[in-house]
Amino acid sequence: MEILHMIFIAPFLDMVALPDLFFQGLWDGFVGGTLYALLALGFVLIFKASGVFNFSQPILMVLAALALVSFYEMGINPWISVALVLLLMYALAYGVERVILRNLVNQDGNILFMSTIGLTFVIIGAAQWIFGGVPRSMIHAELGFPVGSSEWPMFGGAVYFEHIDISAVVLASSLIAILAVFFSKTKIGRGLRAVADDHQAALSVGISLNQIWVIVWFVAGIVALVGGLFWGARSDVSFALQIIGLKALPVLIIGGFTSVPGAIIGGLIIGLGEKIFEIYWGPMMGGSVEGWFAYVIALVFLLFKPQGLFGEKIIERV
Amino acid sequence: MKKHIIGAAVALGTLISTVSMSFAEELLVPHLTYRVGPFAANGTMGANAITDYFTMLNERDGGIGGLKVNPEECETGYNAQKGVECYESYRGKNPLMHIPNSTGITLQLLQKAPEDEVPIFTMGYGLSAAAKGETFPWAFNYPASYWSQMTSILSYIDSETGLKGKKIAFLYLDGGYGREPLPLLDKLEPKMGFETVRIPVAFADSQNQGSQWLTIRKEKPDWVIMWGWGVMNITAVKEAAKTRFPLDRFIGNWWSGGHVDVEALGMKAKGYKASNFTPAGRDFPVVQDVIKHVVSKGLTKTEPDMPGKVLYNRSLFMAVVMAEAIIEAQKLTGKANVTGADVRKGFEMIKLDEARLKELGFEGFTPVIGSCADHEGQGSIFVQQWNGKDWEKITDFIPPMTDIVQPLLTEAADTYKSDKPGWKTQNCS
Repeated sequence: MEILHMIFIAPFLDMVALPDLFFQGLWDGFVGGTLYALLALGFVLIFKASGVFNFSQPILMVLAALALVSFYEMGINPWISVALVLLLMYALAYGVERVILRNLVNQDGNILFMSTIGLTFVIIGAAQWIFGGVPRSMIHAELGFPVGSSEWPMFGGAVYFEHIDISAVVLASSLIAILAVFFSKTKIGRGLRAVADDHQAALSVGISLNQIWVIVWFVAGIVALVGGLFWGARSDVSFALQIIGLKALPVLIIGGFTSVPGAIIGGLIIGLGEKIFEIYWGPMMGGSVEGWFAYVIALVFLLFKPQGLFGEKIIERV
Repeated sequence: MKKHIIGAAVALGTLISTVSMSFAEELLVPHLTYRVGPFAANGTMGANAITDYFTMLNERDGGIGGLKVNPEECETGYNAQKGVECYESYRGKNPLMHIPNSTGITLQLLQKAPEDEVPIFTMGYGLSAAAKGETFPWAFNYPASYWSQMTSILSYIDSETGLKGKKIAFLYLDGGYGREPLPLLDKLEPKMGFETVRIPVAFADSQNQGSQWLTIRKEKPDWVIMWGWGVMNITAVKEAAKTRFPLDRFIGNWWSGGHVDVEALGMKAKGYKASNFTPAGRDFPVVQDVIKHVVSKGLTKTEPDMPGKVLYNRSLFMAVVMAEAIIEAQKLTGKANVTGADVRKGFEMIKLDEARLKELGFEGFTPVIGSCADHEGQGSIFVQQWNGKDWEKITDFIPPMTDIVQPLLTEAADTYKSDKPGWKTQNCS
């Protein structure tokens, strides 16, 4: 009886007793969810273009963040540092297309997947060699993003809003919206969808596979930079950031590997779900439940919607 | 054909004699490192400091007892399986000791040490019960176990606000290292009249601790004690500030109080506290010697501003304890080319008192006095506080609650032994 009370009654009583805490949880979950959506978007773009789960997306985020901070530490203006990182991301996209993708066109998806694992370790080694392993501080303040926080008094308590979190939500949402429009309404976007469906068919109608791949990897690099900027601001800029990148996996399972709206909805479900579950049900289970709870949600979706909420239904005729 | 066989035999003989010569000509001190992976920042500094100290001894003194020291590294990435592989790779090479540099790896190696007769030294980490030398003849965790450290921290809290009736949130990295003090807290809570709220942080959530700190906000503890490592520390301090938790009521253990954990935050981390047993600073004669003989000569991977930082000095201190064990072993056996079994005895004979620490250039560090029965030294800690720019020592040395910890360590050691039939112990009476 007590256990039923702990599961079905006590958490809701806590929510009512401390509404400010509940709203703080919702806000934190929303911010986290938005950033998860951004992480997932990087995976989605490349999956759409090449049908491969890009294992190197998290390390791209680390590379972008480390490069940004390092350029700045060399005395370069912060916004010129951003431009240099974008240049670096473009060079990387071009290199990946020339060295890896071009040689693996029409190969099995597993081979492409393995190549992204290899790429991950190459980037780790190179980045550590160039930038070293010492954690750095993100330069969000130097870039003009607001720092500090605001309080919203509520029911005798308060909800705290970090200004950098507000910036993260605004910028990440804008980027997601722009990309959603770009890939659904433009010629490149249609080309991307054609490539995702069938490499050979896309080639036969004159779509340049190589060009699409470079564009998509570059855009994934931009997404990685924005993700690295805000996740780096929340803790620090180090190789440990790549762990957070893998949080995109349950988001992708929920939203589907090929859907931009799916990444958004999936991110918010995970962000809000794990936060509220950890605060109100976590202590009952010994805490630290949000890591696996995200996968529980994903598993439930897998059972009922194997392609995710917005994933493309695969029909194979025998 | 016969010529070939003779030639091969000569070559093999030469090889064997060369290998034997190499055993005789150096003191092999392998240490497991993690220069890559999520904890690379901390691991790199520790690895550099250990190597730097032995390089300094080689440069300044010609090694130890006339033999050069080879502080060979093996990279684990902080992964227990790789740690075991590293350990196995030193079989037959006469390593004088093993330095796992990870509690997870230590737990794996503890069982192998008695069979291979090579001591394991885990300064400030590892299994607390290894403090009991009779049960763990081959393991040493000078200068204090995690359990001793926890009682020193509780003593400090008691002296500040009193402990009875207080609620303490224990925020810990969810793994072997972070869980290590839990059995102690189970015993101490009813005995000392305080309450704990245990809040684990999964490794994957080290940078994403919003939920944990909302739980802390919900629970309203009087103090937060942290057993964190790597990026978990800096994230926790950031979240504490964000949650408006008073930072002077937030105290980390000695692995949560490095420069790397707060330097990037600057004034935002002002007030945060941590325990320590190795003071920061570049004025110590030993640090100056390392700078003069190693860093200035470019014989290291250490960046020039690293010597003097908390974690760098800690690893220097780790290296001096290792060196003292070798010196004691050489004194005991009367030979320079000692073995792991000799060094084990050397560890038990260590007498790093204040006079010896001063002689070695470590004045102000925690003394380490070893014995057959006591492999932790029951060392004291002090509390340091971040002033926005640097760590400041704010207390004298705080001894552990020996009367409380020692029986619990004995109980834990006995439990460990009872789970391992045929476990090799020693008699210290």
